[in-house]
Amino acid sequence: MLKSRFRLPDIAEEALAGLLQRPARSILTMLGTTLGVGSFVAVLGLTATAGGQIDRRFTELAATEVTVADIGVTGSTDSAMSFPDDASGLVEQIGGVVHAGRWWPVPLTEPSVSGAPGITSRAGTPPIIAMDPSALAAARPTFTQGRGFDAFHAGRHEHVALLGSVAAANLGITRLDGNPAVFVDGTPFTVLGIIDDAARLPDLLFGIVLPAATAYDLYGPPTAQRAEMLVETRLGAAAVVAGQVALALRPDAPQRFQVTAAPDPKALRSRVSGDLDVLFLTLAGISLVIGAIGIANTTLVAVLERTNEIGLRRALGARPAHIAAQFLTESTTLGLLGGLVGTSAGITVVVIAAVAQDWTPLLPTWAVLPAPAVGAVVGLLAGVYPAQRAARVEPVEALRR
Amino acid sequence: MSGPVIGLTAVGLTYPGPPPVPALRDVDLEVWPGEYVTVVGPSGSGKSTFLNVVGLLDRPTSGTYRFDGVDVATIRENERTALRGRRIGFVFQAFHLMPYRSAVENVSLATLYAGVPKKERLAAAAQALERVGLAHRAGALTNTLSGGERQRVAIARAILHRPSLLLCDEPTGNLDSDNAASVLSLLTELNTDGMTLMVITHDGAVASRGQRSVTIRDGVLC
Ligand SMILES: Nc1ncnc2c1ncn2[C@@H]1O[C@H](COP(=O)(O)OP(=O)(O)OP(=O)(O)O)[C@@H](O)[C@H]1O
Ligand SMILES: [Mg+2]
Repeated sequence: MLKSRFRLPDIAEEALAGLLQRPARSILTMLGTTLGVGSFVAVLGLTATAGGQIDRRFTELAATEVTVADIGVTGSTDSAMSFPDDASGLVEQIGGVVHAGRWWPVPLTEPSVSGAPGITSRAGTPPIIAMDPSALAAARPTFTQGRGFDAFHAGRHEHVALLGSVAAANLGITRLDGNPAVFVDGTPFTVLGIIDDAARLPDLLFGIVLPAATAYDLYGPPTAQRAEMLVETRLGAAAVVAGQVALALRPDAPQRFQVTAAPDPKALRSRVSGDLDVLFLTLAGISLVIGAIGIANTTLVAVLERTNEIGLRRALGARPAHIAAQFLTESTTLGLLGGLVGTSAGITVVVIAAVAQDWTPLLPTWAVLPAPAVGAVVGLLAGVYPAQRAARVEPVEALRR
Repeated sequence: MSGPVIGLTAVGLTYPGPPPVPALRDVDLEVWPGEYVTVVGPSGSGKSTFLNVVGLLDRPTSGTYRFDGVDVATIRENERTALRGRRIGFVFQAFHLMPYRSAVENVSLATLYAGVPKKERLAAAAQALERVGLAHRAGALTNTLSGGERQRVAIARAILHRPSLLLCDEPTGNLDSDNAASVLSLLTELNTDGMTLMVITHDGAVASRGQRSVTIRDGVLC
């Protein structure tokens, strides 16, 4: 029995020839799919990129940090320090707390600071900061030379100081061999160490740090800028600690503190992606539907225009299924090409946006790899009705024209 | 081939209308292998309808049609389609060439649905074009060809697969006398090589080229 055949490479070639008959129309038809697939890739890529950026910033350091600000009594002129003297001890009793301590800028107006009696700093007055030893520990300092102060120095109200590396350079103190001192309004403080970095309070690099007890003795409680407490927690404990710390400090007046814990990274990420994603993905979906309608329309017009060609192919031995296969292939190819161009455009947008923000572009493979296929599926579905119409063309009618 | 290529017994075709048009009535005809038959008749007499029935493009509404010994009413649509594609060659009055595609590509479409690989099709198509004297225009797009050249491309496509039967509808209708003469001598040459020909025409000079001529009047063959 004789059988008609339509080999795959021939289907591809005939479909391509059909599309190339009207190249401009084919390109315009692709646009809707290009836009839809491009938006999908761009939105998913940008979300992943932004999410990656949050992950990067949101290090373990931030996840284990709680800060407590002394906000006093609102509407009152009472400027007394809200933190009790044994604030560190009270907070460190809370489960999950590693270190907790107060710090504040020492209330001195234009003090004279020098590395030797009579010699002043080259670059203005460095800020002088009072810190509990445990606040210093929570700030995670590293030292180029020497070491930090501890409870022993604080307990004895010793006149010791730490220098930030920038302040040390400005004061001309580079070595600790000769037990150098720094003079604040003439009062000498023995320099114990030079701070190289302080992960949680980088501002320390520019300042002079005194034990809180010593500073309190000499210069009194903070005035203009109030004290803060820095708490380091174990991983995962920050939120729980934040809920308890105010009450632990002042059971009588917890409202005198404002407690801040870094937000949960998961919540942060879903907040960034949530609202915008839904909007843009909906728009991308609408573009895809419009793209499908465009392809369906163009293919239908092509079927009507090429009725003659269909009749000829039927006379040459093409079955209705062969005719349908050709038009389906044409519409699918349009969708696939639109999808490919859209994917490239989407990737370009993500890369450009990321580079502009100095971010690392992240493209989830699960979104990028199937994207051209999404275009192809759109084209395939759009081609179903026109292909059916083409298959139903009667050869006698078609050739009569 | 032992029997006739075409065997029509009391074949009729009535277009459903409304109103119903009896375009063919009670046609009996046998055409044997190697014959050259011409069909003449006035406009609207049913010549094209007759060609469509013979060429398996349309089904008769009454009577029996045996093509190459097979009663075509008993076979399925897909088999009829294959039979039409492999055993019959069509030269349409309006050529029906694909624009934007070269002459050789157009000719090669004749065996596309027989599953012949492209290379072989193109090689055979080049030969067929040489046969009709158009080798030098093989690469030209068909919309750049003259009427006579197009007609010869159409003939090359119709003979590519060596059909049992070549059907031509007004093959010289659009041609000047020189071109018509060369197309007619090509047809005679094909017939001399053994191909069975059925040519529809309203031109007496063309009709006289065949071995036998039949006339259709109001759907009746005489
Ligand atoms: N699809 C159809 N529906 C109804 N009537 C039809 C149809 N096709 C053809 N006819 C009629 O059938 C008759 C025969 O038509 P046909 O096309 O076979 O004539 P013809 O001999 O080829 O004429 P011409 O020489 O002008 O081409 C005509 O009267 C025509 O109007
Ligand atoms: Mg006619």
